[in-house]
Amino acid sequence: MRWLLLKDLQLLRRSPLVTGLLVVYPIVLAVLIGLAISRSPDKPKVAFLNEIPAGESLSLGPSEGFSQQEAFRQLCARIECVTASSREEVERKVEDGEVLGGLILPDDFLERLEGQLSATSPEPATVDVIVNQDDPLKAQLVDDRIRALLTEANLRLSERITEVAASYQGILSEGGEFEIPLLGQVVQILGLRNAERILDTVAASVAPEQRAEIEDVRDFARIARENLDLADDFLASVREPIAVEKQVIAGDVPPLDTFAVAVAAAVTLLFVTVLLVSGSLALEREENTFTRLTRGLVSRTGLLVEKAALGTAAALGVTLLMLAAITPFQSIGWDRVQLIVPAILLAGAASSALGLAIGAAAREVRASALLAFALALPIAFVSLVPSGTVGKSLYDVIQVVAGAFPFSPALDALSGALAASGPDLGLPFLHLALLTLGYLVLARLALRRFA
Amino acid sequence: MSDKPPRARRRGAASVLEVDRLSKSYGSRTALREVSFAARPGELLAVLGPNGAGKTTLLEILAGISKLDAGEVSRSNGKVGWVPQEAGLYRRLTVEENLRLFARIEAVADVDATVERMLEQTGLEERRGDPIASLSGGNQQRINIAIGLLGDPSVLLLDEPSAGLDPSQRIRLWQFVSSLAKGGTTVIYSTHQIEEASHYGDRLVVLADGEAIFDGSFAQLRRAAGPRPKGSVADPESDFVRFLRRKGH
Repeated sequence: MRWLLLKDLQLLRRSPLVTGLLVVYPIVLAVLIGLAISRSPDKPKVAFLNEIPAGESLSLGPSEGFSQQEAFRQLCARIECVTASSREEVERKVEDGEVLGGLILPDDFLERLEGQLSATSPEPATVDVIVNQDDPLKAQLVDDRIRALLTEANLRLSERITEVAASYQGILSEGGEFEIPLLGQVVQILGLRNAERILDTVAASVAPEQRAEIEDVRDFARIARENLDLADDFLASVREPIAVEKQVIAGDVPPLDTFAVAVAAAVTLLFVTVLLVSGSLALEREENTFTRLTRGLVSRTGLLVEKAALGTAAALGVTLLMLAAITPFQSIGWDRVQLIVPAILLAGAASSALGLAIGAAAREVRASALLAFALALPIAFVSLVPSGTVGKSLYDVIQVVAGAFPFSPALDALSGALAASGPDLGLPFLHLALLTLGYLVLARLALRRFA
Repeated sequence: MSDKPPRARRRGAASVLEVDRLSKSYGSRTALREVSFAARPGELLAVLGPNGAGKTTLLEILAGISKLDAGEVSRSNGKVGWVPQEAGLYRRLTVEENLRLFARIEAVADVDATVERMLEQTGLEERRGDPIASLSGGNQQRINIAIGLLGDPSVLLLDEPSAGLDPSQRIRLWQFVSSLAKGGTTVIYSTHQIEEASHYGDRLVVLADGEAIFDGSFAQLRRAAGPRPKGSVADPESDFVRFLRRKGH
């Protein structure tokens, strides 16, 4: 068997295209994945025109308002702002494709916003968004990003208004100075607590028949103050109407970057191994050497074991090469190599066994390559469908189908091996071992009509 | 001569291979029915018959590739070499690499010496470093046969060895095969060409519809075919066809 293994390695050396694929494929994939996970997504480039007069800002009474500089800084932290000097320039930049979209703050924006907030004007404050519709995807991207920005701005505004309202109710309850919004006039507010105290003093010095009426007014002031105190919580709930409390009830989740590396490694391992092994077995028949070999020189099972060993060795080499290539972009837990290697070996063995079943069934190199692609590609995609994105029955079917192929347990094994927070390794290892055995049996049965 | 031997003619220690009432069926189709014959050391034995007669099935059973349903195959000590009809070689490996690989798999004692001997026998020493894919069909067939000889077999089985070769390649091939027989190797080959069998067969076993209907020399077969029609030219093919017709095939 060792001579057959050496022969297959020799054949690989003679096939520069296949060998090149074995080396280049994992490196290219590793670099692509590495770049994808090591770089944050690009910010969309948006032409920005601010027509609001310089120095004008949004005043919200005693609380701090919004300065233009602060608003501009926050906006441009989320999009790449390309400053424009006129509406025509914005339109030209969008039309030329220099920017993905345009955002214009009209000169009456703050005026209308203050009018809305003081209920003195029915005109809503609007911003103008300019999008090039020649590319619906691009338009959707800009539209979504700007809508998200405006939603965030609205939330910040309502948060600030809530704070202002809370300060108003504080003054109403406790008294103090109050600046009338938009007018700038400062007035002294007595406050309910002070009114209550004054009424207490007055009640003690008046005739008993008048005291009852004063006490009614004092009680009203106390009840009003106490209820205004409760309004703090209510206003806080308006500021943050929906709170999120996360509770994880199932699943061991590795970091997203590690999961991406595991997906890339599992895809590489599956494709390379299945294609190599199925092709190698089918080649024995195409070269008419199968009959010669199995005529007492090598048993059919021995030949399958030799091919599985070839595939597993290739899987180990290719996957380690890929992980090494991805290391400059993404930290790989090489201190967990004692788990990584067994995970690759088992995933490689299961993928090799699948390749053997395909090669034995297809019997021709081209047919086996086609079958390997036709099977491996959709299986890899289907295995990545998360729960909740399809109906429960369909998801159950997908789980069963994915479980019959090595990609899903290989992904779990690699995720678990690469990160301590990943899935436990016991189940995927057992799953892969069973798949290896099952596919070897299928391949052995298919070899009956192979020659 | 025997037209239809009921049992293998016992040749005692002289026989290296004996086939006795061998039968094989694929489902309801009978491929071989009670075929019997024996082969002597250094004999060139042609298994002759039209397409579908059961020649390849017979050789595959003798080679141990297929199992027989009934009957018996016995051979004296020594290996049986097998040469499939289509060259069973790794086309991307060189001549020498193929020989070396199969010599190792055969667990030959001295791999280097055996490979050199085979290169010399095939006359392909000069092309030892050439990939099989670059060789002519005739040279590929030589290597194909050489691999069958690696285990130094006492019996060599060749399935239609000259199929696909041009006349000059065929002549060189038969010179090579004849030299093996002269060296003491029993060569059993299948063919459907009577001229080839008459030229290069010491003895012929004729199969038709899975039955062995003749075992003897070509001269005996010609006699069994009966007199030629008046005015016809001496032609082995016509003699063979006449023989088959006479036997009801």
